[in-house]
Amino acid sequence: MSFINPLKYAYLAIEAWFNVAFGSEWNPLYNMGRLTFFFFWVVLISGLYLFIFFDTSLSGAYASVEAITYEQKYFGGVMRSLHRYASDAVIITIILHMFREFALGRYNGFRWFSWITGVPTLWFVITLGITGYWLVWDELGLYVAKMSSELIDALPLIPGSMSRNFVGDQVSDRFFTLMAFLHFLGQPLFLVAALWLHVKRLSFVKVSAPQGLAIGSFIALLALSLAEPAVSHQAADAARVPAVLNLDWFYLNVYPLMDYFSAGHTWVITLSITFLLMILPWLPPKKAEPAAEVHLDHCNGCEQCADDCPYDAITVQARTDGAKFEHEVVVNPALCASCGICVGSCPSSNPFRQKNDSLVTGIDMPQRPINEIRDQMDAAIAKLKGDNKVIILGCEHALNFSSLEADNIQVVSLFCIGMMPATLVEYALVHGAEGVFITGCRTGDCFYRYGNVWMDERFDGERQPILRRRAERSRIKVFRAAITDKRRLHKELAEFQNHLKSLKQDQLSVKKEGSHE
Amino acid sequence: MNKIIRYGLQAFNYLLFIVVVWYFSINPPYHQLENDQAVIILSFTHATKIREACRKLSQEELMKLAPNMRLPTSCPRERSPLNIELYLDKKLLAKEVLQPLGFHKDQGVSIFKSIKVKAGEHVLRVWMNDDVNVDGSTYHYKEKINLKAEQLLLLDFDAGKKGFFVK
Ligand code: HEM
Repeated sequence: MSFINPLKYAYLAIEAWFNVAFGSEWNPLYNMGRLTFFFFWVVLISGLYLFIFFDTSLSGAYASVEAITYEQKYFGGVMRSLHRYASDAVIITIILHMFREFALGRYNGFRWFSWITGVPTLWFVITLGITGYWLVWDELGLYVAKMSSELIDALPLIPGSMSRNFVGDQVSDRFFTLMAFLHFLGQPLFLVAALWLHVKRLSFVKVSAPQGLAIGSFIALLALSLAEPAVSHQAADAARVPAVLNLDWFYLNVYPLMDYFSAGHTWVITLSITFLLMILPWLPPKKAEPAAEVHLDHCNGCEQCADDCPYDAITVQARTDGAKFEHEVVVNPALCASCGICVGSCPSSNPFRQKNDSLVTGIDMPQRPINEIRDQMDAAIAKLKGDNKVIILGCEHALNFSSLEADNIQVVSLFCIGMMPATLVEYALVHGAEGVFITGCRTGDCFYRYGNVWMDERFDGERQPILRRRAERSRIKVFRAAITDKRRLHKELAEFQNHLKSLKQDQLSVKKEGSHE
Repeated sequence: MNKIIRYGLQAFNYLLFIVVVWYFSINPPYHQLENDQAVIILSFTHATKIREACRKLSQEELMKLAPNMRLPTSCPRERSPLNIELYLDKKLLAKEVLQPLGFHKDQGVSIFKSIKVKAGEHVLRVWMNDDVNVDGSTYHYKEKINLKAEQLLLLDFDAGKKGFFVK
């Protein structure tokens, strides 16, 4: 029995539920990073509007925010609410994004870089929110200023008492203005730099949500902004400590900790959590898989693998081997995720080539070369017995489908379904399989990013190398399944075999009719 | 699936989402004080007394120094620690022993302490020693205060002028 990680199982079940409501393209759980970017856009645009009317002086800030809120209720007020609520939404989407990568085991190995550069973005976002609340300069703003100062005073590096600035009547105007510019400019720039780094090793990163999701989320935020507009507390008063505050728990959750722990211990707690998050990819360390290898004598420099690599690990350079082609490709092993998608991109991976010889392709995975895959396919086809003979092709990161093997069903597993040369499907059909059933990670959710998207595009003739027209589509079925979809996979497979059976009957009757004539 | 059902389910999810966003953006309310509490903040910076007075160096001591360092008197810069106790109606609220800041302990001390107390009439008393060479207090302060709920009372100190005072 295979061990099933309960967290992963639960998460996949929830994702399936969201697929029902949103479809795979709009499934918010597949798009948490992109949705975070979308909320950032809302925050940025609403923030620019607020900036026009905001008074950056200590004495004028509160009144200017009140004016935005009440004097232009249906525009400024809504903008303010959008700014707040989209910021809050960002925390939800970041946490879910992070949780997803963790639950689905997408944080270690080659992903260490994305993970470790993601953690600081949390700090940047939260501190950006903190200065945002500071700027309103209401009772909450004063609370934030005081508590932050206590935290800063606890740092051994910064001498003196900053906290002192927020009791009595000596709050510095200049300090407040500095805080404002930090919020408008300094912190956002840091955040942009951190996000650039975060997605640096990925290609095809989209920085806004799919249209349907963007529209839906925006309408939701707008509705909330109209129903419950964001408002301030009373103006800051240095001689008063309000008993009750309406804290924004998304951003200000660290301060109440200081009721129980000293400022120093609060640092220890938050930094320990950060540290633990940072080292998570190495708990335990994961063995690195060998990177893809280029075989120049079989590479014509078509660049398709470089175009398809989801991790930007393949670059194109001028030919070095004197061959008549202009370019060749080079793999950067440090970036390679060992997904094998490049093998599926290479036209030389066509298994009809070098039939009587060992098949060598332009770019290959040394730990499972294309020749070995073709051998596996040949062996699988040879094993097929009985009626409705099916070859199942799938990946190792979705449902374990090896248990489906039967006399008339054989499986060939790949690192990623994007690793499959489209011609391999045709090969199976030509050499004796009556049908090819393709599974792998759910649509919209490739373990390696884009593997199943590229496969679809190759099948639709939109991406090279394509599935040729002569591969009979009625004998090919794609059903993607995660570990929670076992029952449906069985059902779909049975239906596909029935379909093959009826195809055979149709053909027989056509033949009979032909022989009658 | 039926389009209407799908959009209905989406709407339900969006609703759930904005309820969570709204709820945690202001809820649950945070009680930093009980309704009948006030806050006393003890906060000041103070250069405590130098530990040792200047003294003349003996000839022997001078000879041990490099020729360009031979000043006839030695004035150690290290300051005294600060001992402070704060009482409210004879109850001890805070007791601190603070070491002077700086690598050479020559920069005085800085204190910031925020204490929640019951509102109402109280007698506030402070006892402080800022000189290792004096036994007992070097400063003493006693004041009747009347704290309103949610009031912030700043207990400050100014060595030059008035010693302790409240704001
Ligand atoms: C400001 C917050 C963040 C934004 C806007 C963001 C955005 C993104 C985007 C757009 C992707 C690419 C998704 C794709 O196209 O496949 C991504 C990937 C990733 N992010 Fe984040 N992220 C954020 C924070 C975080 C945090 C806090 C973590 C974890 C600590 C994290 C971990 C990851 C990981 C592990 C990947 C995986 C990339 C892969 O599939 O190889 N991110 N992020």
